[in-house]
Amino acid sequence: MIEVRVFATLRQGREKITLLPAGGFPTAADVLRQLGIPAEAVSILLINGFHSKPENPVKDGDILALFPPVGGG
Amino acid sequence: MDERYIRNLGALTEEECLRLRGKKVFVAGCGGLGGHLTEMLLRLGVGAIVVADGDVFEASNLNRQLLSEPALLGVSKAEAAARRAERVNSDVAFTAIKVFLDENNVGGAIRGCDAVMDALDSIPARKLLAEACGRAGIPLIHGAICGWVAQAGISMPGDGLMETLYPAGASVSDKSSLAMTPALCAAMQTALCIRLLTGRPVETGTLYYFDLLNMEFEQLFSPVL
Repeated sequence: MIEVRVFATLRQGREKITLLPAGGFPTAADVLRQLGIPAEAVSILLINGFHSKPENPVKDGDILALFPPVGGG
Repeated sequence: MDERYIRNLGALTEEECLRLRGKKVFVAGCGGLGGHLTEMLLRLGVGAIVVADGDVFEASNLNRQLLSEPALLGVSKAEAAARRAERVNSDVAFTAIKVFLDENNVGGAIRGCDAVMDALDSIPARKLLAEACGRAGIPLIHGAICGWVAQAGISMPGDGLMETLYPAGASVSDKSSLAMTPALCAAMQTALCIRLLTGRPVETGTLYYFDLLNMEFEQLFSPVL
């Protein structure tokens, strides 16, 4: 399984944690697409705690954490 | 020691309080974050504060911006900060600059400061400020809010924290902000600033992320470290 944790405004309309079957999502971009999250809505993408990019591969057992850009003052 | 700082003692040593009196802090922006930052830095006893904001108050600021009042609609935010400084702690050398920071004025504005507080509200302006701090070798204490969420962290020159937080193409669609969010964010920024200026250990290149809706706290690390 691939575990996806979303934070802040990305949680609107989504669960905090989504489990996806491994195998059907070769990259983080595929995971974002499955969750209906545009790439520009994510500023921090962590795979197992490491900063990553949408094109990075994901594999069984990975944990993704997605944070939106926060820019207000 | 001046009686007004007596309650600082214990949490800070007398030497640390004196050290703060010798420091100069720049606050970029006098809105939601900047109002609270200015208030806290004034009361803590930082010796000199420079604030910059070219904006004026409007009614939509009243839900969260500490310096805003119905009677001050249309008044310069930087000027309101200066008035507040005079009332709260006139011992602080306070300078208010009524300009929006741009590539022509930002370098001169932050010159000679020991720390710069990021209280801006646009991504391009934040990157401009970070680049200027990098060139000047001044630590930048970042803070940003959105709705119920606040993030803060210290960016040291060249660490690339701002590029990590705002990759090319990143945009913020949610413009909401609640009164408690900038207060919390400014408190985190001020705590980081005081630790930095007093010489206490600080974690640079780290982002502290608070979600007040779900009461969650995350600590994220920059990939460049």
